[in-house]
Amino acid sequence: MADENEVKDPRIDGIKTKIRVVPDFPKKGIMFQDITTLLLDPKAFKDTIDLFVERYRDMNISVVAGIEARGFIFGPSIALAIGAKFVPLRKPKKLPGEIIFEEYELEYGSDRLEMHVEAVDSGDRALVVDDLIATGGTLSAAMNLLRRVGAEVVECACVIELPELKGRERLEGKPLYVLVEYR
Amino acid sequence: MQTIIISSPLVSHRLSLALPVPRSPLINYHHGAPPSIRLSSHRFTNSLRLFSSAAAAAAASRDSEMATEDVQDPRIAKIAASIRVIPDFPKPGIMFQDITTLLLDTEAFKDTIALFVDRYKGKDISVVAGVEARGFIFGPPIALAIGAKFVPMRKPKKLPGKVISEEYSLEYGTDKIEMHVGAVEPGERAIIIDDLIATGGTLAAAIRLLERVGVKIVECACVIELPELKGKEKLGETPLFVLVSSA
Repeated sequence: MADENEVKDPRIDGIKTKIRVVPDFPKKGIMFQDITTLLLDPKAFKDTIDLFVERYRDMNISVVAGIEARGFIFGPSIALAIGAKFVPLRKPKKLPGEIIFEEYELEYGSDRLEMHVEAVDSGDRALVVDDLIATGGTLSAAMNLLRRVGAEVVECACVIELPELKGRERLEGKPLYVLVEYR
Repeated sequence: MQTIIISSPLVSHRLSLALPVPRSPLINYHHGAPPSIRLSSHRFTNSLRLFSSAAAAAAASRDSEMATEDVQDPRIAKIAASIRVIPDFPKPGIMFQDITTLLLDTEAFKDTIALFVDRYKGKDISVVAGVEARGFIFGPPIALAIGAKFVPMRKPKKLPGKVISEEYSLEYGTDKIEMHVGAVEPGERAIIIDDLIATGGTLAAAIRLLERVGVKIVECACVIELPELKGKEKLGETPLFVLVSSA
């Protein structure tokens, strides 16, 4: 968490209040965490990026991998600020050229995440970014893609965590950093 | 319009091959301004066009504004060179403009954003609208740098809560683009960002969507234009600004 045992960064509350919770989307029973309202507040959005940048700028990260599509909203700004390359991890058939893919489970069925083979290699230190971690399935697939090309996954970073879904446990011991928990 | 086409060998799309990039300066006359050098620079394509000066003058009024007024900004060549062209994706005959290689070049990506920010900073723009999904990569850094909000324009059923939508034509069939109700307010000044303009269908739909709620679109901004597809003509009164024109 972004506060651990210390005094919470004063920017966190401002960020949390900007996230809109939409009940029963995409289906009944799900309380959807909508970050689009955060993006409408330039100061809160900037604070969000700054918190990640402050954490990662001295960690020698060479790759920020962002998960389509909301990881694309946060990842590139972090990458630009810390001098890392940005690598999009995409749904099937979107990336041209040579790719590798990783399958992951959905509630019903499965899906795939794809990455360009030549985008990342061994020696790269990677950060995986998405707006939210729920079950951890997508993040886990992302980590596998990076590991398969020999990169070291340093950490996963999300704006929001749904701790009850225990996504953290699916990250095979890799650390997770989040700004806000929703219980 | 007279054109001279110079062919160079069709080359592989693989990133690891570095072949010399044929380049020629194009003299372009912008609305009576002094002649500007326009670099149509792209890797791995199989043709170059040289426009005669008369043709260029005739074309000038229809040309999108390139990221040059006088001599081309030195950052443009590097940005253009970092874009990878992949033949026959997603289907035969299409030369796909792949910006992911630009994103791997930290200087080129930084320069890309800086060129847009230099243009739009201090122009009272409060909204940067980005078209899913590659518009999400370029839009937010620009929004953050100019102090505007970022508004994602999405495929159907992705945005929760109340949305408005606008339909647009595809080669076969139609698609929709959606935006949250209440994300923008009447009177706001916006730019719309996408990685590339081809036929202009998506951008035109985005313009209609924003105009329906009373927003003024100051400009559409893309990294790449495919001018032969005449997308600019679909944008009506809205100006278009691009960094790289890939003929």
